[in-house]
Amino acid sequence: MGKTEQKMIANGKRLDGRGPLDLREIEMKVGVIPNANGSSYVRFGKTAVIAGVYGPRPLFPRFLRESDTGILKVRYNMIPFSVDDRKRPGPSRRETEISKVIRMAFEGNLFLKNYPQTGVNLYLEVIEADGSTRVTSINAASLALADAGVPMRDFVVGLSGGKIDGTLILDLNGLEDNNSDADMPMAVLPTKKEVTLLQMDGRMNPEELKDLIKHVIDASGAIYEKQAEALRKKYIE
Amino acid sequence: MRKNYILDLLKNDERLDGRKLDEYREIEIEVNPVSKAEGSARVRIGKTDVIIGTKMDFGTPFPDTPNEGTIKSEAEFMPIASEDFESGPPGEDAIELARVVDRAIRESQCLDLKSLCITPGEKVWSISLDTIILNHDGNLIDAATIGAMVALLNSKIPELEDDKIVRDKHSGKLPVSSKAVNVTVCKFEDKFILDPTREEEEVFDTKMCIGVRDDGKVVSIQKMGPGSLKDSEIYDMIDIAIKKSKNLFKLVGKDGKKDI
Amino acid sequence: MNKTREIVIPGEKIDNAKSVKAGYGTYEEDGKIFSKFVGIPKKSGDFISVIPLSGVYLPAINDKIIAIVKDVEKFGWILDINSPWNGFLSLSEGVDDYVDLKKVDLKRYFNKDDIIYTQVKEVRNGGDVQMTMKTSIARKLKGGVLIKITPSKVPRLIGKEGSMVNMIKEKTNTVICVGQNGIVWVSGENIKKAIKAIRTIDEKSHMFGLTDEISNLLS
Repeated sequence: MGKTEQKMIANGKRLDGRGPLDLREIEMKVGVIPNANGSSYVRFGKTAVIAGVYGPRPLFPRFLRESDTGILKVRYNMIPFSVDDRKRPGPSRRETEISKVIRMAFEGNLFLKNYPQTGVNLYLEVIEADGSTRVTSINAASLALADAGVPMRDFVVGLSGGKIDGTLILDLNGLEDNNSDADMPMAVLPTKKEVTLLQMDGRMNPEELKDLIKHVIDASGAIYEKQAEALRKKYIE
Repeated sequence: MRKNYILDLLKNDERLDGRKLDEYREIEIEVNPVSKAEGSARVRIGKTDVIIGTKMDFGTPFPDTPNEGTIKSEAEFMPIASEDFESGPPGEDAIELARVVDRAIRESQCLDLKSLCITPGEKVWSISLDTIILNHDGNLIDAATIGAMVALLNSKIPELEDDKIVRDKHSGKLPVSSKAVNVTVCKFEDKFILDPTREEEEVFDTKMCIGVRDDGKVVSIQKMGPGSLKDSEIYDMIDIAIKKSKNLFKLVGKDGKKDI
Repeated sequence: MNKTREIVIPGEKIDNAKSVKAGYGTYEEDGKIFSKFVGIPKKSGDFISVIPLSGVYLPAINDKIIAIVKDVEKFGWILDINSPWNGFLSLSEGVDDYVDLKKVDLKRYFNKDDIIYTQVKEVRNGGDVQMTMKTSIARKLKGGVLIKITPSKVPRLIGKEGSMVNMIKEKTNTVICVGQNGIVWVSGENIKKAIKAIRTIDEKSHMFGLTDEISNLLS
């Protein structure tokens, strides 16, 4: 999944046949880990993530406890055989940073004041990685938190945007990620139209950057609808 | 309490130290304060004090870029810098800082990594960029990125003799073709604040750290903190960062002279 | 039975703040009321609330719950109350007798793993939950089987004025004790059938025609 000299967009189509703003095939399931308070499986193309939520429950180590609120702990992890070259178990620097930005994408969106001294553990296991793993994790996290009955202000939708061969695109796969001029993972509160995660790598003019942000926010509604459907489906056999 | 006072002042666009909302504290840059490093910089923004150094060693290239040298960035929040820092392996804040600095430098493509290849596919120069926080009074990322840029601009490549590194001789300067800085823009309600002190950071905890190249392109963004941002706010923050970056580029002189 | 009650999800607008007030499971923002949970919206009086379909038990004063003794301490008992916090039953709230701590082992009253039906006396800041046995319902539960259901579904299991749980008791010839913390104790003749009915209610509490389905299941 490395760098290639190949043209990434030909005749307005991406290598996998998508139009610039098309998303990959999406699959969402709620309630996949029976032991967890809430869980989900989300797949965008060949990127798949399982999310599990435990809690609110007593928080350890004790010194992390806060007397006026519960706290959210996030672990984003890639399983060893999720990528081309085996990923060594244990948190890498990349995973540590992603865990933090995902926590920040949710922390202000949860009502944890009623749960003093407790912690909510959000575990995100990337099962297969083909680009956009952190935003796929965010979609899975929203579903798992809602499934666990953790009170939330809004859903959180994750979606990546990017620029490739001068064209603005959405939902980058691994090959596109490695060959893009810019990639930009975002998390959006779909009914509030607010952004809770925004990272960008690449080189963009402010105008095209703003256009891309707008494209991501606009496309978040469609993912939200799929999330809502997946959640309701759990209760309607 | 102090927090409420900061917020009261903010209503009238005022700050504890009398600065305007978009005004930086005095920035002082010292070039190559550490002679053992290939290049180094000490940057003070107000009471924030960081020191950044580069070291160059042999490394192996990444498989997908066999002809390019590598650069890695790490940061240490040393206990000396704050009562909140403890010794031990880097925590998530230190890792995030190092990676955000790394991203602005890397994505700006300011370094010609191809020129750091020694034997394609086998041996390349590997640059380690280490950020040490000496005193934490807020806005560490902006300070660290300025420091990283100045250190790179002033780094000399050690001489190679019989395949060995000779550190007291140099074969030339690191090829740096452009400059990048990070401008952190804090947001509170409808106000935007630059260069927060540590006390202010605790109040204005939602921010975007925006990496800008000296041609005005945005090269990296990291939204930080638990709050949320509307699209129009993000656009304003990008514009503010690009505008302010111009002042910072004046300080990061290509010749590396202290330029205040 | 296949029709479902309306299910709302977090962030979904459920009403305007002009007509009703934000009750449990909801919040108000910009003059509108939104859901915090996946749940069923319910209007009562001036308030609209959302009954969550999942989530942990949050103790509230006077809740009657089933607890399991986790530890016997010097001045009372630590109780597992199926919530993020433990409950504490102090000696004075646990027994009426005067107890000379030098002579009496507290295990005599409640020992580790004992199951008790008890009431929440006080919830102090920071998840400090005080329990009491000084109430008519409180007692030790002996024998029987414990099952856990989603705490927010307890009212559905109980039914209007106890109609649902009474039906299960009658048709299975069991004694059932329902804790508001989602722990249910069942003892008696046809425990298996009773548990099946309780599980069905837990899974299908959001469906219409639940009473009929349970009635069929039991006959």
